[in-house]
Amino acid sequence: MPLDQQRADGSGQDEPLLRVQDLSVVFPTRKQRLVAVDEVSFSIQRGEILGVVGESGAGKSITGNAVMSLIEPPGFLAGGGVYLDGERIDRLGERSLRQVRGKRIGMIFQDPQTSLNPLYSVGEQLIETICTHLPMSRRQARDRAVDLLTEVGIGSPESRIDSYPHQFSGGMRQRVVIALALCADPDLVIADEPTTALDVSVQAQILALLKRLCRDRGTGVKLITHDMGVIAETADNVMVMYAGRVVERGPVDTVVHDPAHPYTAGLMDSIPPVEKEVQRLTQIPGSMPSLRAIPSGCAFHPRCPHAFDRCRQERPDLMPAGDSQAACWLYARHGDPGGGPEAVRRERRRHAR
Amino acid sequence: MPANRSIDQGDTLVQAEGLARHFDVSKPLLNRLLEGGGRRILRAVDGVDFAIPRGGTYALVGESGCGKSTVARLSVGLFPPSGGRLIFDGEDVSDLARRSGRDAVPVRRRLQMIFQSPYASLNPLWRVGAIVGEPLLAFGMVNTRQEARERAGELLEHVGLGANDVQKYPHEFSGGQRQRISIARALANNPEFIVCDEPTSALDVSVQAQILNLMQDLQREHGLTYLFISHDMAVVRHMADRVGVMYLGRIVEEAPKRSLFEAPRHPYTQMLLQAIPSFANRDRDHSPAQGEVPDPVNPPTGCPFHPRCPHVNDRCRREVPMLQNTRTGGRVACHGVEEGRLTADQARALSPAVA
Repeated sequence: MPLDQQRADGSGQDEPLLRVQDLSVVFPTRKQRLVAVDEVSFSIQRGEILGVVGESGAGKSITGNAVMSLIEPPGFLAGGGVYLDGERIDRLGERSLRQVRGKRIGMIFQDPQTSLNPLYSVGEQLIETICTHLPMSRRQARDRAVDLLTEVGIGSPESRIDSYPHQFSGGMRQRVVIALALCADPDLVIADEPTTALDVSVQAQILALLKRLCRDRGTGVKLITHDMGVIAETADNVMVMYAGRVVERGPVDTVVHDPAHPYTAGLMDSIPPVEKEVQRLTQIPGSMPSLRAIPSGCAFHPRCPHAFDRCRQERPDLMPAGDSQAACWLYARHGDPGGGPEAVRRERRRHAR
Repeated sequence: MPANRSIDQGDTLVQAEGLARHFDVSKPLLNRLLEGGGRRILRAVDGVDFAIPRGGTYALVGESGCGKSTVARLSVGLFPPSGGRLIFDGEDVSDLARRSGRDAVPVRRRLQMIFQSPYASLNPLWRVGAIVGEPLLAFGMVNTRQEARERAGELLEHVGLGANDVQKYPHEFSGGQRQRISIARALANNPEFIVCDEPTSALDVSVQAQILNLMQDLQREHGLTYLFISHDMAVVRHMADRVGVMYLGRIVEEAPKRSLFEAPRHPYTQMLLQAIPSFANRDRDHSPAQGEVPDPVNPPTGCPFHPRCPHVNDRCRREVPMLQNTRTGGRVACHGVEEGRLTADQARALSPAVA
């Protein structure tokens, strides 16, 4: 079996469920190579929810798709590796990939409208997925489908199973999509903006469901979203992306309450708070750079209040910054003139006043 | 109708009285005859009252399908109301949507609208100068295209773009920049009242902050009056003076911003506030919200919120609650609040402002 041949060196006890190492995704165009994901590394343990946050164009969805080898040509994986339980899965052929996609990694997409086939009943879609991945008869698969629908909170599943997607409301459809992702009891679920198309009251229900299911099953989750509130409520660890790079990574409490990277700090402060009133929102000047013109050095330097010479010339990698890691020269050991880690906090305090 | 209608609040610019808009969503007549089934009426907006003082911001918040965008369109005369009245600066303008050209201009030039999607609301075939200059020409505020383009350049600078951007096409701009173009266009005819329908929902948060700050600056500078429509409670809290919470075509609670957020009285408002994801809610694995917005064509009997309400009783299932004044200057449509079953102290305990 090709899966076993590609088992990486010494997958010991502490090998995480998913390990992504220096992953790069490139889209060649006639004029240049667009680097959409640039040497991104992260790992997810069993039962961990890793939040991936960033604004549009940061590369967070492409990172998710790359894990599943779902990059649309002409884009391709230009470097790095993806390891699931120590097995390398980014070089598999289509047939072996089908053992991974849907079976060991489930995927939940943003729009429940487009991720269900309108021409098949919900039951047929669930049964087909179950039969593809598990050795079950249709009869058994149907029973399992009913159980799954019950688990995701759809009332009277025996009668709803033969309904078509359009007969469900938006929230109910997203529950069906979650049931589909969980069909084969995957080890890892990639949820790409799972609640963005939903109303806030439905979002709260879907998030609670996702948290409960993953905790009960010990499933690892990669939760991709642009909403810091969703991350704060759900994730254990957070990875902040900007222009295809990871700029900060750490425990959710640290990243939300005491962000290290100036971009994360700006992002947190630009969100209007619901629990108190502020006079004026802090704004990050400028906008996310285009992939065609990513600035030299640190990609955030043209918008950064603390930028100094080194930021313009040299690209920072993740380095320790308090309880988290940040790709920012403020945290370099040597006495750089940026003002050090305290600069970010001082700036935030100044605005908070 | 002459403009000198006296209204009670001296400085109210826009007032809605029982504003309603019903849509006929029946099948075609022949199908009804052959297949049976009667008319189906969607009461998108069903008797909405609000008053916006000059220079103030009134926000309508609610989930999809609650009718907030229909109110936005009614308020600028894009739809004629099915019932009720819309009063603008003392004049009854309920018939604005039906007024033709010249009759409509004196009112229309005083209102404008900013739409949700900066991608769909700008004509991709027009240069930005033409887009921003169009209201100027339409309302006869300038005479030549040249003047319109010059003025458009000034407006673009005013919203943080460059005067040379008049030459460009919308696709050359990012989402946030396009929304600035929409704002420049809305400002072109010096309106007094701007309806903003989810102006930042399509934008990233850092861009949202830029646009919200810009809108506040412009409001202060020009004394603008906003009707601000949003589904985002946090954005509403930041922008509004007074907030109306809509559910299935009705306002269920309305109050000054502070009391609405610090002591929300209606169970629906409480649910909306508690449902907002945040760090404080990490440990809950049961959602505070249950169910979804029902089909507005077949709304529930009695209080439209009763199937989802934790405090429901028989009266709620039978009788539609009316808006009643509260002691904090708001109005709530809830039998529980009226009967004293739901007290203000309970409300404060449920507010995220205290949590």
